[in-house]
Amino acid sequence: MKTSFDLKNTHQENRLFFGRCFALIIFVLVLFFFLIARLAYLQIETHEKYADLAQNNRVKLSVINPVRGLIFDTHGQVLAENYPSFSLELIPEQIEDLDKTIQQLRAILPVSDDEIQVFHKRRRLQKRFSSTPLRNRLNETEVAIFSAKRHLFAGVDIQARPLRRYTFPELTSHVVGYVGAINQKELKIIDPVNYRGTRHIGKTGIERSYEQQLHGNVGYQQTENTSHGRTVNVISYAPPISGSNLTLNIDINLQRVAYDALGAYTGAIAAIDTKTGAVRALISKPGFNSNLFARGINQTSYDALRKSPKRPLFNRFLRGQYPPGSTLKPFLGLAGLEKTVISPHQQTFCPGYYQLPKQEHKYRDWKKGGHGSTTLHKAIVQSCDVYFYTLAHELKIDRMHQFLNLFGFGQKTGVDLLGERSGLLPSREWKKRSRNTAWYPGETLIAGIGQGFNLTTPLQLAQATAVLANKGTAYTPSLVAKINSVLVNPKQNTPVSLNTEKNWDIIIDAMYDVVNSPRGTARKISEDAAFKMAGKTGTAQVFSIKQDEKYDENTVVEHLKDHALFIAFAPVDKPQLAIAVIVENGGHGGSVAAPIARAMFDQYIK
Amino acid sequence: MQRLHIDVTLLVLLIALSSMGLFILMSSGQDDVSLLQRQITRLGVAFFAMLLIAQIPPHILKIFTPWLFLAGIVLLLSVLFVGDIGKGAQRWLDLGVFRFQPSELLKLATPMMIAWYIAERRLPPKLKHIVLATIFIVIPTALIAKQPDLGTAILIASSGLAVLFLAGISWRLILGVAASIGALAPVLWNYMKDYQQQRVLTFLNPEDDPLGAGYHIIQSKIAIGSGGINGKGWMNGSQARLEFLPESSTDFIFAVFSEEFGLIGCIGLLSIYLFIFIRSIYIATQAQDTFSRLLAGSLAFTFFIYLFVNVGMVTGILPVVGVPLPLVSYGGTSMVTILLGFGILMSIHTHRKLLST
Repeated sequence: MKTSFDLKNTHQENRLFFGRCFALIIFVLVLFFFLIARLAYLQIETHEKYADLAQNNRVKLSVINPVRGLIFDTHGQVLAENYPSFSLELIPEQIEDLDKTIQQLRAILPVSDDEIQVFHKRRRLQKRFSSTPLRNRLNETEVAIFSAKRHLFAGVDIQARPLRRYTFPELTSHVVGYVGAINQKELKIIDPVNYRGTRHIGKTGIERSYEQQLHGNVGYQQTENTSHGRTVNVISYAPPISGSNLTLNIDINLQRVAYDALGAYTGAIAAIDTKTGAVRALISKPGFNSNLFARGINQTSYDALRKSPKRPLFNRFLRGQYPPGSTLKPFLGLAGLEKTVISPHQQTFCPGYYQLPKQEHKYRDWKKGGHGSTTLHKAIVQSCDVYFYTLAHELKIDRMHQFLNLFGFGQKTGVDLLGERSGLLPSREWKKRSRNTAWYPGETLIAGIGQGFNLTTPLQLAQATAVLANKGTAYTPSLVAKINSVLVNPKQNTPVSLNTEKNWDIIIDAMYDVVNSPRGTARKISEDAAFKMAGKTGTAQVFSIKQDEKYDENTVVEHLKDHALFIAFAPVDKPQLAIAVIVENGGHGGSVAAPIARAMFDQYIK
Repeated sequence: MQRLHIDVTLLVLLIALSSMGLFILMSSGQDDVSLLQRQITRLGVAFFAMLLIAQIPPHILKIFTPWLFLAGIVLLLSVLFVGDIGKGAQRWLDLGVFRFQPSELLKLATPMMIAWYIAERRLPPKLKHIVLATIFIVIPTALIAKQPDLGTAILIASSGLAVLFLAGISWRLILGVAASIGALAPVLWNYMKDYQQQRVLTFLNPEDDPLGAGYHIIQSKIAIGSGGINGKGWMNGSQARLEFLPESSTDFIFAVFSEEFGLIGCIGLLSIYLFIFIRSIYIATQAQDTFSRLLAGSLAFTFFIYLFVNVGMVTGILPVVGVPLPLVSYGGTSMVTILLGFGILMSIHTHRKLLST
């Protein structure tokens, strides 16, 4: 009985057990298909997303920076080059306690508070996981000190990066310019791909104007890296293309002579090869040490430069706008001849002043007693103002504007530098447009001696002089002669053609006598010259003196003294070089500006 | 084979699975020969242990069951006081010659104990027996969870509960307990250690902390997802080979497999596990005494739960609790325990008395 009960019971238990096993199998099958469904979702539905992510994990794109192009002068002298500089760099995201690490670094290497401040500033501007320099230009000892303790500093390393160095930092500070760290504004306009690894960009001068050519093209390397950054395999490699080397038309020797000749004066000089438009010298004095900017200038030095009353950072030859003064007279004389308002032998009497008909106001001549009877030749040689008042009055502003325009006054020269100013050649339309007032006859007179509204840049003045020396043939001034080994052809402009070709000679003859006749305003510089020069002096008023008041250069404070100007070219019969010199507050063009041009000609013409 | 007490079907499936494991390990272990050698040695030892235990008839095992369980509990308690700390958990007992995880012993001893206890009574068990059995489950589970080793605790609890389920406790009771556990979940949360809570939170939203706690899951999902249907091919999984996938030879080895063999490979691999489970359940149904069938069913189920928890956490549907992929993941202790379990299954199947003939 017990057995049967047990058997029956076993049978019942069996049924129960099989049922439970069946339930368990169903449960497991549900779990099984649940897993399969999950896998199918990951591997089919979201496969593409994860495949992309895996690829991003796997492949690391690293940038290889191109080498910035070098800059040479016309004789092949290096003006800008690159040199390796060792910098101590940190990847903040890889460092646990940044402040502590910096403190530990300071214990072994000198790091200034300034540098730490700059580091934090830069760090915030940078992408995540990019290397930020803490100290630049480590010397070899410092490199050795850190290398020995490098294993103690995760996320800190020494990087060799090229830095820019200028051979003649002060001499070429404005023409070659400088590079500096890319700022926020530039970041928005540069090609983010090509500049991915670039830290510096041309800020001024050639460095800025030829940034594209100098920079080159970035290279890439795709590597397969482990999560710890170890490279396992190079997948692809695209080498960078170095920036182009630029050969300038600048003659560094001429540049130095010009810079030195200016002495303690501030001022600007432009010298143009008349045969091609090649710019041989461009000076803006005072210059500054452009290497400071290339290395990363500190705030103190920058403020000192910025606040200096001599404005060393101001590019005078390109952006300085000066009244041309009497240097405009040869061009106006030419205008008078061309428009047959005057003839070469016609005389005008100069009593020392000029009055418009029916007007009281006396327009003075610089020479108190006047020049007496004056021809065009004499008017240029001795710079008679009254003659040119008369000429301007008869020529009228419209024709003056039309003719001077041919020489490029009031327009950018189109030189291959960014930021050029156009100067100002006044006209009736200009005055109406900008001031909304009519043109007065008196203003024509003042314009006739290169004062009043007239403004020119030193480069523009040199360019006009070159066109005059060439008797009308005009080239766009150019700084770059060669890009790598490819020559840059001179660009010819519409020439200035005269109705009477002989008029060129009349003007040039007068300019020759400015330098070479015993009464010429620049007669002193002809002494012992191996070649013949032609020129014109000028004095530009910085402040206007009142009617009947005498300008006394001894009592006027330095910065209100007249600017001394001189334009010249040589040799007269076969011109090679045209020069414009502006000496700020230099006084007389003949005594201060002209000798500078002479020194330059001596250097250049051999 | 019957005389050698070997179940051929099970043996073939287990060897197939462990061989696949070795191939994956070759890839995930970056061709580390010594890693592979150690795994092969362990497999050899574990398979030998399996065949050895298969020789012991189930009724002998049954006799030792309470003592085994008692010894396990004592060892667990001693771990609490003198155990080594590894990865933030006290799991190891240093016996001088080798280190030993008592929790592994409990993986077998717990279902054996419950089966032993229930098998002595009439089925379905009465409530007071269920309560006592539950206490037998809770003691090791709680001790192991306290170590803390959540993964093993889950496995032990489910192995014990599986016995109760197979013994036929009423559905009403099952549903009632499930409901009250749901209600008690917040209380449980408070008892979890910080890193366990963090794991759960990370599991719920791994993208919150992509470089910290969520890193494992994100990288694992990238590996699996990028494998697609066909996979990248053996040894071609970039995630593991480039060291983006953490624990690629141990807990996360399934992600390596998925990346290299794709969905098709995954279905194949999971099917082997399913076949092993079904063969084991079949053995349970053929078993002749209650102790054997309850134990066999529980071992079969726990084996599958092992797989489910591991794949679930690697694919991001379960929190990361640290359960290896059975017989595939690198590591010795759990492998020995699992194969000992199959040794018991083989013993059960090959020691049957032939009744009908």
